[in-house]
Amino acid sequence: MLKENEINVGDVHTAVLVEDLKRTQIVQYAGASGDYNPLHTDEIFTTQIAGYPSVFAHGMLSMGLTGTMLTNYVGDGTLKKYGVRFTNQVWPGDTLTGKATIVDIREEDGGKVVDLMIETTNQNDVAVITGNATARIET
Amino acid sequence: MAIEKFLVEASHIMMFARSVGDANPIYHDEEYANKSELGGIIAPPTFAQSSAQFDPDYFLRPKIGGEGWFGSGKEATGAKPSKESGGGGGGGAAMGLHAEQHFEYHLPVKAGDVLTATTKPGNSWEKESKRAGKLKFSESVTEYRNQNGELVITATGVGVQTERAVDS
Repeated sequence: MLKENEINVGDVHTAVLVEDLKRTQIVQYAGASGDYNPLHTDEIFTTQIAGYPSVFAHGMLSMGLTGTMLTNYVGDGTLKKYGVRFTNQVWPGDTLTGKATIVDIREEDGGKVVDLMIETTNQNDVAVITGNATARIET
Repeated sequence: MAIEKFLVEASHIMMFARSVGDANPIYHDEEYANKSELGGIIAPPTFAQSSAQFDPDYFLRPKIGGEGWFGSGKEATGAKPSKESGGGGGGGAAMGLHAEQHFEYHLPVKAGDVLTATTKPGNSWEKESKRAGKLKFSESVTEYRNQNGELVITATGVGVQTERAVDS
């Protein structure tokens, strides 16, 4: 858990979430999450029928990878809110970097919390996820 | 949609955590987790999404002995020609693409919990996009409750139907 006296508004935490995303990891996420949409796992269907250049990652895989960065920063079981917009697709071969920026430290429900701005970008510096999160902190 | 029994199991949490690149022992090491402040294995923040596994009618899972599956087999699609001509975002997936997802965490979800989930439609709206044509957004709000009837997670998803395939 983050400690109030060790953090400041403007602090940034970043982590590489995945390097050269493999189709197999997308399949792994399909199996774990139960979302077997062929757009994520079936190159033949996705290119020939749906008209995309290749399969692409579930938005929720990108959100999950970003969540790993987030909980590694704020600690286990401290999140109160976590929300994202999927701004661009994530393709096999992409390398993603997640960033959490402290935008506020405040009180909520009788405890202290931190508000974070979240952004995950690909190797071309294009945002694939933007969002925000709120986590409990230690006073 | 309603899910009557979403069993939160340690092995499922372990597999889910692996798939999102999370090696944190709180998701797979029982001994470590039991000694932690949380007192046991917990679910990662986006784990509730895997409730799809427990929805008997979930449309993005091939059904046993079911009506077939729209992914490729002998042909590039298993969908019957009358149903779906292809193109568009989703290729038969009614929700289309996932535009937004928001979670509110009220209580930790732990291995051993038995959750129920009820989903209600939220707002819907339309937008024009140069990249994908007309966009139709629709929101759905899912409440997850544990075996004690306590609200543990509120999840709000926003889906978008696009006129054309989007290849950014």
